[in-house]
Amino acid sequence: MDLIIPDFGLLFWTGLVFICLLFVLTKFIWKPILSAVNEREEKITEALELAVKTKAEMQTLQAENQNILKEARAERDAIVKDAKEIASKMVADAKDNAKKESEKVVVAARQTIEAEKSAAIAELKSQVATLSIEIAEKVVRGELDSSDKQKALAEKLVGDINLN
Amino acid sequence: MSLKNRLNFLYIILIAILPLSGVFASENNNSEAGKEGENHHKKEFNVSDMIMHHIKDAHEWHLWGPEHGGTAVYLPIILLDNGLKTFSSKNFYDGTPKSAIDKKTKESVDYIVGVGPAAEYAMVHEKIYKLNNGELEFEEGHVHGSVKPWDFSITKNVLSLFFGATLILVIMFTVAKFYKKNGAVAPKGLAKFLEPLVVFVRDDIAKANISDGKHTKYLPYLLTIFFFILFNNFLGLIPLLPGGANLTGNITVTLFLSACTLIITLLSSNKNYWKHIFATPGVPVALLPIMIPIELVGIFTKPFALMIRLFANMTAGHIIILALISIIFINQNAAWGALSVPMALFISVLELLVAFLQAYLFAMLSALFIGAALEEAHH
Repeated sequence: MDLIIPDFGLLFWTGLVFICLLFVLTKFIWKPILSAVNEREEKITEALELAVKTKAEMQTLQAENQNILKEARAERDAIVKDAKEIASKMVADAKDNAKKESEKVVVAARQTIEAEKSAAIAELKSQVATLSIEIAEKVVRGELDSSDKQKALAEKLVGDINLN
Repeated sequence: MSLKNRLNFLYIILIAILPLSGVFASENNNSEAGKEGENHHKKEFNVSDMIMHHIKDAHEWHLWGPEHGGTAVYLPIILLDNGLKTFSSKNFYDGTPKSAIDKKTKESVDYIVGVGPAAEYAMVHEKIYKLNNGELEFEEGHVHGSVKPWDFSITKNVLSLFFGATLILVIMFTVAKFYKKNGAVAPKGLAKFLEPLVVFVRDDIAKANISDGKHTKYLPYLLTIFFFILFNNFLGLIPLLPGGANLTGNITVTLFLSACTLIITLLSSNKNYWKHIFATPGVPVALLPIMIPIELVGIFTKPFALMIRLFANMTAGHIIILALISIIFINQNAAWGALSVPMALFISVLELLVAFLQAYLFAMLSALFIGAALEEAHH
């Protein structure tokens, strides 16, 4: 029966020891332990959050990089395309110019040729005229070598004038 | 003879063999002396007496040998009876045995009258009474007409209590020092071992039962009560001198602990808690005269259940182990050790679980009661 009857002396000592223990543990032990544990947990949570944040940042950064790369590529393509167009245009222009120039040269050459040709023809004509006069003089001189022939011609010419 | 070995297999066997020689020796002596009757009856191994002797408090720490006169550590007796009186309990155990006839039941009751400084006092079942003209009177099994001085003796349980508290302080100081020295780093050594328990109490006991972050206020109490019960439960399983006392299986200790929980519950109770007692929502007014007494009794039954649960669990564990070891002594044959030792070992391992479980349950239910007293009305 005295197994379930509380004993005052033991109650007193239990109370004393437990309250002292509660006081000392609370003041000197639970507080530092719990604060250290809490601090560490906060640190871990922060680190984890930071990791997640960093990951997200990395992803955005990567996406940005991708975009930049894409834009750069597009720009490069555009530049290359423009350059190609310009180049082909330049080639085409050059071709046109050359063609025009060559045509001009051809036309000028033709004109020169024509001028030269007409000058030559004129020269030829005057030469032919001079030659013809000389030939005619010689022929006439031959014809009029004798006084008979001169008389016949004068008569013929007088005859022609009379007819008029 | 300390039979309470729970952990060390060899130690159990050693202890099991030691008293056998003692039992046989005393029997031989008795038969040689021809004192067959009363004396022989007394010396015979009585299981319930032995078990009761071990689970109850005592003023000596009995180690081995016969119950009186064997090897024991005599603990100081502190009495408050017209001034403080301090003397060794040896003065009782070496005292003169007397017997008296119970006035009502007419049965013979034994008691010991102290010697030396304890001459004024007598001890009956480890309780100290002041002598009335050199003797005690009994009525219905109780001491009658004698003054019971205030007894603040350092008993077996008090010594165990001091040791347990010191052990907690030493271990916890080591842990706290680690954190003070290293700050918020990963725990090492003792801290690594104890931190999960602290975090367990914080998260699964305090936070889980006390809402809205109010748990931090009660956390020191819950941690202290958890570790106090846990350490003393484990110490109770160790049969060597500083442990082995049935401290957490003592009704006084569990009474005090549950009273603490009751007081804290009442001190932290809010309006809603009392409203639930005096005007339980959803209960017709006509039923309130029945409900109010029930609810009022309910305030006390909860901590009362805490008290009984811890007391009964720890005491039962001690009784089972002692009973199993007793098989050897009942049969007076060491060969029975082959049966009783493995069984006692099994129960001992089970007791390790119970020791933890009871500490957890006490702290958890305390947190639950406090949490219920703090709960706000929800609509």
